[in-house]
Amino acid sequence: MKLLKLFNQFEALADAEIQGKATTRREAFSTFGRTVGKVATVALPLTAFMAPSRAFAQSSSMSIAEVLNFALTLEYLEAEFYAMGLDADGLLSGDTRETVALISQHESAHVEFLRSAIGSLGMDPVESPEFDFTAGGTFEDVFNNEQVFLAVAQAFEDTGVRAYKGQATNLMGNGDILTAALQIHSVEARHASEIRRIRGSKGWITGATNTTGASAAAAVYAGEANVTHLGVDATTVTSVDTDHVTEAYDEPLSTQAVLDIAGLFIK
Amino acid sequence: MQTPKFLSSRVVADRDPSSRRRFLRTSGLGLAAAGLLLTGCEDDDDPVIMNNSVNLGSGDVGVLNYAFALEQLEAAFYAQVLQGDYYASATAEEKQILLDLEAHERAHMDFFEAAISSVATAIPALEVDFSSIDFNSRTSVLNTAQTFEDLGVSAYNGAGRLLQNPDFLVVAGKIVSVEARHAAAIRSINSGSPTAFANSEVVDANGLDVSRTPAQVLSMASAFIITPIDASGLPQ
Repeated sequence: MKLLKLFNQFEALADAEIQGKATTRREAFSTFGRTVGKVATVALPLTAFMAPSRAFAQSSSMSIAEVLNFALTLEYLEAEFYAMGLDADGLLSGDTRETVALISQHESAHVEFLRSAIGSLGMDPVESPEFDFTAGGTFEDVFNNEQVFLAVAQAFEDTGVRAYKGQATNLMGNGDILTAALQIHSVEARHASEIRRIRGSKGWITGATNTTGASAAAAVYAGEANVTHLGVDATTVTSVDTDHVTEAYDEPLSTQAVLDIAGLFIK
Repeated sequence: MQTPKFLSSRVVADRDPSSRRRFLRTSGLGLAAAGLLLTGCEDDDDPVIMNNSVNLGSGDVGVLNYAFALEQLEAAFYAQVLQGDYYASATAEEKQILLDLEAHERAHMDFFEAAISSVATAIPALEVDFSSIDFNSRTSVLNTAQTFEDLGVSAYNGAGRLLQNPDFLVVAGKIVSVEARHAAAIRSINSGSPTAFANSEVVDANGLDVSRTPAQVLSMASAFIITPIDASGLPQ
């Protein structure tokens, strides 16, 4: 049910995107960075015939605006999560509170940045879904228990890293946007490392080990044990042991896998 | 002094710097000829060794060799860190981090050498200069580690757009986030501050990490690398 809502929202986006494609996408992209808003004015027939029901999850490769709206949805989730955590009475204190406050600041900045970037492509940024950070009761204490809050934070950050990584190739058509996405991606990785270390985990992921303590987060780490890159088994070309080799690479997540995870937290 | 036939021949040095030096001595090439010779290099995807200089090559291979060069620098650094007095007396947490980082960077280095070699020519081993680093000093080691990790993050962030092959971009993405995880951990233990991992030194008001061009990165890295690196073939 939750996922259906999410998909419906993305369908609306896909409709908007088709209009966007129909206009001057190339021209609009070239305006990125100059914060020039573009309004769709011309409709071309070819793309208009495309099925508007195409949802993010069903397309193997997304347009740049779709990717940014997908990223924006994840940033909404993170930004609201941290804002609520900082607002929760007695949840966060001391160093942990300072760390979370900085992360919160970054996620809110990402929301604003992505909304602005999407606008500069002549597209409408998607609005925030409504979230349920207890994931239907799985994390009942998320805003009462610091350990639960940090475990969910770890899951979000490690997911965020994998989500951006999975979209990079969809952004190759626009160097400025790709670079900006990579600049967000590495900030998410810094967050992930810090949250993991506060919780007593290594800052990096060994194999596909889920150190959140929540089985619900297993999907966040699925596939992380991969050691084959560019067709090379990275364990066979080095004397470094396999655990360390898996730690040395983070793996991308597909759009569908990210939506499945995020969907747990969307009303 | 000059050996004209060298202008058209590509010499890929072996991995032993001493034998490379021996070869160079034998070939009679001097530093003065370097600039002249480099202008004679053919424009192709393969890296070229001219006297003591390494050419990264062009196109995607050039970008991969650029990443390989940086991984070599990091791997060589952590290998020496593990031999130093600071590491010997470091806390258990610090030792774990440095041990992991040494392994990760060596894994990256070995991977790039194998992956590049399977499609083109990987650059040879670079000679590094760590004379400015005191491996017995916690401050010196962690400050340098922080510089290298932040530099690595900014280098991959800036290099992504230079790649044409999506598979290469994916691999760069797999590595850069681990470099960022490193950077955060090193920054954290280096300063002890709860915000050092991603403070305003490395994350701007838009929440964006640093991105640097190869020219900017190599300029900063050159203080630690003896082998001259010619990056002129890299995509802009």
